Amino acid sequence: MIGFVVRRLLQSILVMLAVALIAFALFRYVGDPINNLVGQDTSAVEREQLRRKLGLDDPFLVQFARFVGNAVKGDFGISYRHRRPVAELIAERMPATLELSVVAALLALVVGLPMGVYTGLHRDGFLSRSFMALSLIGVSLPTFLIGILLILLFGVVLRWLPTFGRGEVVAIGWWTTGLLTVSGLKALIMPAVTLALFQMTLIMRLVRAEMLEVLRTDYIKFARARGLSNRAIHFGHALKNTLVPVITITGLQLGSIIAFAIITESVFQWPGMGLLFIQAINEVDIPVMAAYLVMIALFFVVINLAVDLLYYLVDPRLRVDRERAAGHG
Amino acid sequence: MAEQLGRAAPPGILARLLESDLFYSFTRSPVTVLAALITAVMMGAAAFAPWVAPHTPFDLATLDLLDAFTPPVWVEGGDWRYLLGTDDQGRDVLSTIIYGARVSLLVGFAAVFLAMFLGVTLGLLSGYLGGMVDSVIMRIADVQLSFPTILIALLIDGVARGLLPRDMHEEMAVYVLVFAIGISGWVQYARTVRGSTLVEKRKEYVQAAQVIGIRPWRIMLRHVLPNVMGPVLVIGTIHLAIAIITEATLSFLGVGVPATQPSLGTLIRIGNDFLFSGEWWITVFPGAALAILVLSVNLLGDWLRDALNPKLR
Repeated sequence: MIGFVVRRLLQSILVMLAVALIAFALFRYVGDPINNLVGQDTSAVEREQLRRKLGLDDPFLVQFARFVGNAVKGDFGISYRHRRPVAELIAERMPATLELSVVAALLALVVGLPMGVYTGLHRDGFLSRSFMALSLIGVSLPTFLIGILLILLFGVVLRWLPTFGRGEVVAIGWWTTGLLTVSGLKALIMPAVTLALFQMTLIMRLVRAEMLEVLRTDYIKFARARGLSNRAIHFGHALKNTLVPVITITGLQLGSIIAFAIITESVFQWPGMGLLFIQAINEVDIPVMAAYLVMIALFFVVINLAVDLLYYLVDPRLRVDRERAAGHG
Repeated sequence: MAEQLGRAAPPGILARLLESDLFYSFTRSPVTVLAALITAVMMGAAAFAPWVAPHTPFDLATLDLLDAFTPPVWVEGGDWRYLLGTDDQGRDVLSTIIYGARVSLLVGFAAVFLAMFLGVTLGLLSGYLGGMVDSVIMRIADVQLSFPTILIALLIDGVARGLLPRDMHEEMAVYVLVFAIGISGWVQYARTVRGSTLVEKRKEYVQAAQVIGIRPWRIMLRHVLPNVMGPVLVIGTIHLAIAIITEATLSFLGVGVPATQPSLGTLIRIGNDFLFSGEWWITVFPGAALAILVLSVNLLGDWLRDALNPKLR
């Protein structure tokens, strides 16, 4: 057990270091950091002084170590465009993205799970077939197109919902939330639905496949033979056993939801990290790009790690497999 | 499929195609036939855009600003010359869609070929050589796979933009896109090819080739490669749909192809600005074209996967 945790941790740290190296290379070698910090009329001597002061003359490894050291403390330098510390910018934008992502993930789960169970139980029903056809269309429609169509319908034609921004937000300490105001909630509906749709189809298909699989197993047949009600079999026995992979995948998908939020935020002008990142790419604002990259990688690595460890704890079969593999290896 | 290969004296490619299992399962599925038809029509229109499109949307001489914002024919104020209406510069929407699909498909195909080439090469090397080469390639693949494609494509796009001087962004945009989407998609191919290569490697014909002293690269290319290409084609078809979506998304986000050479995604982004003033057709029609194209390609890919997979028969 401890060996597995340590190995997994080391692997995560290695990935983070690799990402940090890419981010650092971006920061250091794409464009000249000095040129981006000073004005046109700065003399060569002053530039040289600044270069030395910032330690850009030091050997590669020293610079990289300093970059990692600063990154661990949350210091990613100053945005070329906004002229403010990147960490501040990201901290400002993070609540918006996280709120959107978590609401979207919950929505996907709450709607996708029952749809999956239904299509799994009534394989050839009309409703199931419609759900499946819809899910294929859902996969084929790019996220941004769904967002635009929603805006057209509910924002422009029906005028029910706001089409951009977060509405009014309430500050709780450094965290700003739109969940406590009516305008904030209304503004959240369309972006959250847009972001949730793809994950919803994914969860639905997954639950359906798992249900079909489980319903074929012997213990379900045995439960039927015992004369248990359909309800007890479907929900007490079958569904329970499909939930482990579903929760794992949903957890893993949280990372991609945060990444896909870039598109949704761009469509709805949602003031989150994704919008910041897109603007940074458009304006070649390297410190922001580097910081976002490291942040997202951290999210992914932490989520993957947590899911792996949880899985290991939850499913005893894995432990046995691994021990056996280790014994033979 | 096996009986097809075993048949002596093949009676010509067309006859063989019409008799094959693949063609049979194709004709049995009306949805697939429809999808194939739509795909063929759209690809044909895109390929022959200069002859098919009713107008040349990017020829400034033929544009008339007075025609700007003409709605589609069936709407009040429509004009028969512009079936689907015109955009803010008086360009015919149908024609921009045809030319836009051309750019979208071009980038899509190029990106798929790049990803396929990279993935198949690395997968073959990884599977056949094993050892260090294998672990290095597969670890990179693992890491890349834990991030969403769109994020990697965005990142590569951003880095390329940073490396290129500003005035070259526009002319290099298409290449940058192909590069970004291609690089972000190789892992699927590599993993599949590696898996099949590991299986093929242990078979007798490969061992026989090794015994008579054929060089490894020749075994890989001439003996193993043809036997691992089946699944690659399936992945390629599905990847084409993904590549088209990715291209459209990047273009929509403003980091794809420039407005002077718009793809479907760029058209949707341009039209998005006019959504609120009521000119919905500028964005809805390119969007519909994109959705129909991707849906058709997806359906074809699904069918091909099921038809080539003997386990599902």
